[in-house]
Amino acid sequence: MLSVFIASAAPSAWAATSNPTSPTNIFAPDSTPAHSIFRLSLFEFEILGAIFIVVFSLLAYAVIRFRERKQESESEPPQIYGSNQMELAWTVLPVLIVVVLFLSAAQVIHRVQDAREPEGTIEVTAVAHQFWWEYRYPQLGFITSNELHVPVSDPTRPTPTFIHLLSADVDHSFWVPRLAGKTDLIPNHPNNMWIDPHETGLFLGQCAQYCGTQHAKMLLRVYVETREDFDRWVHSQQQQASANPAAAVGSALFVSKACFVCHTIRGTMAAGQAGPDLTHLMSRDTLGSGAVPNTPENLRQWVHNPDTFKPGTLMPASDLTEEELKQIVDYLVTLN
Amino acid sequence: MASETLPLTIHKNPLAVVYEWLGTGDHKKIGLMYIVYALLFFVVTGIEAVLMRIQLAHANATFLSPQLFNRLFTLHGTTGVFFVAMPILFGFGNYLVPLMIGARDMAYPRLNAFAFWMTAFGGLLLYASFFAGNSVAQGGIAPDVGWFAYAPLTAPAFSPGHSTDYWNLSLLLAGVGSISGGINFVATILSMRCPGMTLGKMPLLAWMNLVMGGLVLVTISPLTAAQVMLLVDRYLGAHFFDTQAGGSVVMWMHFFWIFGHPEVYVLIIPCFAFISEIIPVFSRKAIFGYPAMVAATTSIGFVSLGVWAHHMFTVGMPSYGNAFFVLTTMVVAVPTGIKIFNWLATLWGGRIRFATPMLFAVGFLFQFLIGGLTGIMLATAPLDWQLGNSYFVVAHFHYIIVGAILFSIFGAFYYWFPKMTGRMLDETLGKWHFWIFVIGFHLTFDFLHIPGLLGMPRRVYTYEAGRGWESWNMIASIGVIFQGVAVLIFVYNLIRSYLKGAPAGNDPWDAWTLEWATTSPPPEYNFAVVPAVHSRRPLWDIKHPDDPDSKYE
Amino acid sequence: MNITAGEGAWQLPSRGRVGMICLIIAESAIFTIFIAAYVFYIGKSLSGPTPREVLRVPIVGTICLLSSSLTMHWAIAALRRGSTGAFRLFWFLTLALGAIFIAGTMVEWRHLIYQDGFTIQTNLFGTTYYSLVGLHASHVIVGLIGLTIVMVLALLGKVRREHGERCEVFSLYWHFVDAVWVVVFTTVYLVGR
Repeated sequence: MLSVFIASAAPSAWAATSNPTSPTNIFAPDSTPAHSIFRLSLFEFEILGAIFIVVFSLLAYAVIRFRERKQESESEPPQIYGSNQMELAWTVLPVLIVVVLFLSAAQVIHRVQDAREPEGTIEVTAVAHQFWWEYRYPQLGFITSNELHVPVSDPTRPTPTFIHLLSADVDHSFWVPRLAGKTDLIPNHPNNMWIDPHETGLFLGQCAQYCGTQHAKMLLRVYVETREDFDRWVHSQQQQASANPAAAVGSALFVSKACFVCHTIRGTMAAGQAGPDLTHLMSRDTLGSGAVPNTPENLRQWVHNPDTFKPGTLMPASDLTEEELKQIVDYLVTLN
Repeated sequence: MASETLPLTIHKNPLAVVYEWLGTGDHKKIGLMYIVYALLFFVVTGIEAVLMRIQLAHANATFLSPQLFNRLFTLHGTTGVFFVAMPILFGFGNYLVPLMIGARDMAYPRLNAFAFWMTAFGGLLLYASFFAGNSVAQGGIAPDVGWFAYAPLTAPAFSPGHSTDYWNLSLLLAGVGSISGGINFVATILSMRCPGMTLGKMPLLAWMNLVMGGLVLVTISPLTAAQVMLLVDRYLGAHFFDTQAGGSVVMWMHFFWIFGHPEVYVLIIPCFAFISEIIPVFSRKAIFGYPAMVAATTSIGFVSLGVWAHHMFTVGMPSYGNAFFVLTTMVVAVPTGIKIFNWLATLWGGRIRFATPMLFAVGFLFQFLIGGLTGIMLATAPLDWQLGNSYFVVAHFHYIIVGAILFSIFGAFYYWFPKMTGRMLDETLGKWHFWIFVIGFHLTFDFLHIPGLLGMPRRVYTYEAGRGWESWNMIASIGVIFQGVAVLIFVYNLIRSYLKGAPAGNDPWDAWTLEWATTSPPPEYNFAVVPAVHSRRPLWDIKHPDDPDSKYE
Repeated sequence: MNITAGEGAWQLPSRGRVGMICLIIAESAIFTIFIAAYVFYIGKSLSGPTPREVLRVPIVGTICLLSSSLTMHWAIAALRRGSTGAFRLFWFLTLALGAIFIAGTMVEWRHLIYQDGFTIQTNLFGTTYYSLVGLHASHVIVGLIGLTIVMVLALLGKVRREHGERCEVFSLYWHFVDAVWVVVFTTVYLVGR
């Protein structure tokens, strides 16, 4: 029963190390918004914990002390109808607690929502789709999917990433607990959020607003990199797709079959917008926005029938022959 | 008037009995129909929960397809709110309010029947969707948009076919039933009280049903309006929630939560009523602070109308908007806390008898306290940015709906079943029911907070391994077994006691309000002579003529 | 309806009145939501005609509807006095004025749909306009049905002085419908244009 409150202490202890047991633990913040929320939550746990202990103790005492005992007479106990002083006391005290909690919340709301973009901010536009993420880097001139790469931010000279949030279809929500609270992506209602991760590494999350059949597998992967690694990644993403002569057949198939209708591969005729940009498909660790690891075998199965990994995903099964399938996959694996 | 009257067994033609119940306007029969209807759907909701918990016990399980799972959580939430909680509370209210205010029936008996049948048909319509599609095993074409049916997921583009329409239309029907019920409660309580029963002398149950009835009038109607808008969007080509035409889906959220938040107060306020009747009787003391309880309940009713956007902290309202709703939501915690303190003060100095109704009432106090505190966490917008839409929220609201609302309903069953049937529920079975349910409840819902704290969102048909969520989900699923067993014991108790329970007599609990002055069950006309009262506890005055309440009020 | 006990008059509000006021409260909440949507969407249509371009202010209909509240009031007063003849006259006038209002709406809509090509599908303004005005009109029609039933009963001589309370409760509904029109009219034809 006290597990809620004990459980809050345990994750805080975990957070003291930088190796959280869970990669999505809200008590292991690694970015200013998440840190602000974490500190506020500790403050609030203390107050609410105290309230719980006081009221629970009174309740426990009452049900034990005032139990009916066999030897008592049949008469009723003294009837007390009320007390204005008590009513006043237990109105005023909660009001004071409310004021304190409200002010501390308001402070964090302002700090997170009204933050300004310092120099050196990376701007990304995230567009949520059923059931994958599109990331546009307008200043850097490219679009990618499903993996968000950002540079690490030095707390003394912050280089945060500000994310502009849009949706191409229904409501979604961007939630990477260790980096920030969640913010929704809503069609016709652009939102903004920011993160400034202090450590490099891979941060996980997932869509947090029910968006349809495969809401559960609309996973988030945020790669926080050193400045050098980030710049190197940007540079490679900015290139067009490499044209590998060995995969020419597959490349031609890609734009003659239905694939190009939905997908973009920069440097080819494929300029579809409905599905993820595949220009640098093999630079990513997963397929289907985190559904399965990105291996040639999984890729082949995905192209053949995405429903095997993510039933209800919007990409239809292909009507390719075995040979065509092999050729297309051979082409796709060259897209580094 | 005989004090030990069992229901007379007259052998009537079965068809005549059916016809009598189908066409009745008697508040007691309608109340019982509501309660039985709700119990049936309670079992259905429980089965849906069991299926979902089996699927979620392991990461990446394949017990249920995503499509079926999504239909199940939609149905579970929709059924739980509209076809379990609302009907059962309307049922108890219908049964008890006229008796407790010394009236012979509700103000509008025919409207009462209409309200029940509208609600009943609504539930049947919703579940017809299961059988309307190709495969019942895949959930037919039951709605799969979540119980709050956010736009634009409900637009024809994203919800082809009719599954959303089953959600929309069944709730429109049920909503008309609820509003009719609200009208009836308010008119009855204001216009049908027996002589001497001023508003300041009526039982707290009557006050709370009055507030609830009034709240229903302004709570359900926004949902009705929004659902009409959805209907014209889907069928007349309107653009209320059509983003392509410049429409706003956030507006749906506003309208839905303008309904949705006060709705949960519609659900909890009658439960406050049960607790406010049970705790005094089993502590052998008058309720502490009757005027404060009335004031607190009324202010909860009003303030609850101004907190709705705490369900929308993550949609991108400006900072001052978020801050406003943090403030109003925390403010509503103040009168709620006042009620808890008054119940505690009623226990204090009493002579507490732990019959089964009281066990459930104490469980309520403990769990409502915790649920209220996690609610304050969620009211803190920045915390909600992490915890919102996660399993922490699921745990919080089940703590209130199961831990507080359902516990108080169980208490109400054990307390008033004798009045309704003339027989006592078995105390031993009642204690088994209570303790096993408590174990199951805490196994499931205590530990379900933790995946939320560790990043698990809600409405997911499965989840990734390696995020630290599996063990807690497994424990939560095991808890369901205990709750299921406890409910089976409860149902067995209901049936067995109805047939063979000990005779109850008029007033088995030595209580003080007017319903205990009638036979068990009461005659159709309730009171042969309309009573006149002089205090809040008319039967206390009769039993203690040397020390009546009227001296102190 | 008063309940009296032996100990002196026990006065409670009439359940007819309380019930009707509750219904009015619920309906007001529904209208409030539609008004909120209308106001929110003012100026937000992406295309299509603006209110200024197609709406013509229904002065005549409005005068008729608001006058019908007056005739309704006179009808009830007449019935309370026992003047069933005057009651029938004023009740009929109420019915006629309400019918003129609806006829006016129908003419207006006919023009908008067939002449201007402006429908509920056209744009956000179309959506909110037809929904709000249509919701109100449907409530007027329900009122007209009630008025007609009572008219028939009155002509058959079945409505007498003792029915005054019931007719007054019904009149509350009719006054409510008129009051809503004041709000709708202001929102649609004054503020929104």
